[in-house]
Amino acid sequence: MGPQTYNSFFTVHGIIMIFVIVIPGLPAVFGNFFLPIMIGARDVIFPKLNLLSWYLYVLGILTVLTSLFTFGGAPDTGWTFYAPYSFKTTTNMFPAVLGAFILGFSSILTGLNFITTIHRMRAPGMKFSNMPLFVWSIYGTGWIQLFATPIVGITLMMVIAERFLHIGFFDPALGGDPVLYQHLFWIYSHPAVYIMILPAMGVISEIIPTFARKGIFGYNAIVASTMAIAVVGYFVWAHHMFTSGMSTTAQFTFSLLTFLVAIPSAIKVFNWVATLYKGSIRIEVPLIWALGFMFLFMIGGFTGLFLGSVATDVHVHNTSFVVAHFHYIIFGGMGSAFMAAAHYWLPKMYGRMYNKFWATVGWATFFIGFNVLYFPMFILGYQGMPRRYYDYLGQFHNLNVVSTIGSWILATGLIITIVNLIRGARNGPKAGMNPWEGRTLEWTVPSPPPPENFDVIPDLTSTSTAH
Amino acid sequence: MFSGASNFVAGVDTAFMLIFVISAIFLVGITAVMLYFVYRYREKRNPVPTEIHGSTTLEILWTVIPTILAMVMFYYGWKGWIPIRHAPKDALQVTAVARMWSFNFEYPNGKSSNVLNIPRGKAVKLNLKAMDILHSVFIPAFRVKQDAIPGKNNFLWFISDKPGSYEMFCTEYCGLRHSYMNALVVVMPDNEFNKWYNDTTGRTTGADGKPGNTKGQAGAMLIQSKGCIACHSVDGSRVVGPSFKGIFGEKVTVITAGAERTITVDEDYIRRSVLEPSADVVKGYRDGQMVSYRTELKDNQIKDIIEYIKTLNGK
Ligand code: HEC
Ligand SMILES: [Cu+2]
Ligand SMILES: [Cu+2]
Repeated sequence: MGPQTYNSFFTVHGIIMIFVIVIPGLPAVFGNFFLPIMIGARDVIFPKLNLLSWYLYVLGILTVLTSLFTFGGAPDTGWTFYAPYSFKTTTNMFPAVLGAFILGFSSILTGLNFITTIHRMRAPGMKFSNMPLFVWSIYGTGWIQLFATPIVGITLMMVIAERFLHIGFFDPALGGDPVLYQHLFWIYSHPAVYIMILPAMGVISEIIPTFARKGIFGYNAIVASTMAIAVVGYFVWAHHMFTSGMSTTAQFTFSLLTFLVAIPSAIKVFNWVATLYKGSIRIEVPLIWALGFMFLFMIGGFTGLFLGSVATDVHVHNTSFVVAHFHYIIFGGMGSAFMAAAHYWLPKMYGRMYNKFWATVGWATFFIGFNVLYFPMFILGYQGMPRRYYDYLGQFHNLNVVSTIGSWILATGLIITIVNLIRGARNGPKAGMNPWEGRTLEWTVPSPPPPENFDVIPDLTSTSTAH
Repeated sequence: MFSGASNFVAGVDTAFMLIFVISAIFLVGITAVMLYFVYRYREKRNPVPTEIHGSTTLEILWTVIPTILAMVMFYYGWKGWIPIRHAPKDALQVTAVARMWSFNFEYPNGKSSNVLNIPRGKAVKLNLKAMDILHSVFIPAFRVKQDAIPGKNNFLWFISDKPGSYEMFCTEYCGLRHSYMNALVVVMPDNEFNKWYNDTTGRTTGADGKPGNTKGQAGAMLIQSKGCIACHSVDGSRVVGPSFKGIFGEKVTVITAGAERTITVDEDYIRRSVLEPSADVVKGYRDGQMVSYRTELKDNQIKDIIEYIKTLNGK
């Protein structure tokens, strides 16, 4: 693999993972399926809009894929498409950005649909004050999708105007400012991180009480922290740009806000742990993934503090430290939560149970591989190894080898897990209606749920809690 | 931890250690409590769960304490950063010219080098100049980093007390040879630095630090220090631009204002290639990669380079 291939690889990896997999992942798969059931509805409020958003999603993916295989070759700009390099490269950066734009639209429509569904379709007695926490997280996410995603659209329009009408927004050769591009990019892409992680937190807030077999500790605090993240998360984007030479005032503000946005996440973790207290805990596969999530998410979160603090960020910015940090959050965090959700809800979605032994082996292999792969990158980054380096200096060699070995272990773990899930869904033993003794509404319908979810819309006015 | 060599190391590492210690305590503490609960309250041992809906006291405690700690960390991070933003007036001013894919350092007396030689114990201010796209200057041992942005005047400054040589990396992705875009920073005792600095026998200095004498040699060093060799080889191999080997006097197909034509490589052509690279674009190569050296090379330096390119013929 030569440097050009390597550069295209990390670019395409970033684009596909972020825009195609991670942002839509949890909301699209589990949100669409469980949001209506969990609030006692037959479907989302705008099923046709949902279909449109699905078509847009497919169109977006096709557009991104076009950029890989047509003339010019796969884009090599990094998933951030920083100007002015992205204007100079002859690779196919345009379809890639257009793809991100279309996917963005799909995301906006999904958000809109979910918000409206939650407002309008709740069963009698299902109030905002006793709605399941997963639903709350989808609600918070919906607002971010609605407000942040249009920025991608605006940015794309500006890119088009610049490329074809030569109006200088970003390219210094035309009198534009490349830093403006970075601002616009991160105004969307930072909140996007919360689009990824909030639903993950929602999943964990469902799984922990179910397996502790008691209600969640601090329901209101968790709801408040979800909304706080959705709001404050909108105002921290420039922590990605501390080395761009922006004003000291801006650096001060964005660093301070970044520290503040960490607090709600901490509050969630405390409440999750407190939920375990005096529970009667069943150690099942979804819980194991959830506990793994907490550990990896904490490492991701704590290392985020180094990136919020200006002095330390400036040192580790654009090194492998950052790469490790966001993989802990996105892959370790959101990835584990996705697996937790899959192991939690698969018996409901397919009516069948997977093999629990192999599921545990899969988790353990994933967990070990993950840490062996990504932890060394923190050290490498602190020692100064820049990211997006095709080749590195000798002193970085050993830890890079460790990392590579970790990646094989991780891949093995993922393969075991996924194969086991598929086999379980196909021909595992019948799971029954409520294998985990969960308390939310999805466990009151047959597995798999009938097309309309409920024969009779449930009435919760008499029961005090649904969460 | 690895060693540092500038006046900012203490500030940055203090913030780093502080955050590290606080994080480590919380990570270990929370994980331990979590595992203990899972063990202590497992179904076998505690068959009946106790409903607890929350505790306002606890919520306040675990909101307020982390907030205070966060503010402490924020403060140290800020304190470590502020001095990096304020360069002293009397610092030695060096211009760091960043371009795909090399650094070049220009000193106030006209000296230019692609090794950053600096005197020990003296403040040095690097004015960052990006010729084409974004780059970023990162010196890990000094704990400093700043983006070089076309049209913007960003800077870095530092004092180093430890003679030795340190790496400088480009940390803003800049295309094909990004990972090869690095340079050395050499901290020298005063007398050694002055000797180097005041030695103006050669107009420029190559990576080996020796000045050139004959015209061909001066050119050889220029294409090194001005970064031409990041894109042009002298052995006939294709990098990003055409090799210099054997081109002088040969015919070359170029695209001029959209039309193809064939011209002979002569002194004028080379001069034009260096000053207006987009005027004649060699067929099969990309326009826009090479940017004009108008502000970077004086006329006699271009002559030196031409002399050198001539020597690459017929070998
Ligand atoms: C970022 C890469 C890059 C750098 C740095 C660079 N060039 Fe180029 N150069 C190119 C490319 C690409 C071409 C071919 C396209 C064109 O003509 O613009 C080229 C073309 C040329 C040509 C015409 C060659 C021919 O075969 O006709 C000359 C002469 C030249 N460069 C000289 C220089 C000199 C001298 C320097 C350093 C002072 C330099 N270049 C630095 C990329 C670069
Ligand atoms: Cu961010
Ligand atoms: Cu670079």
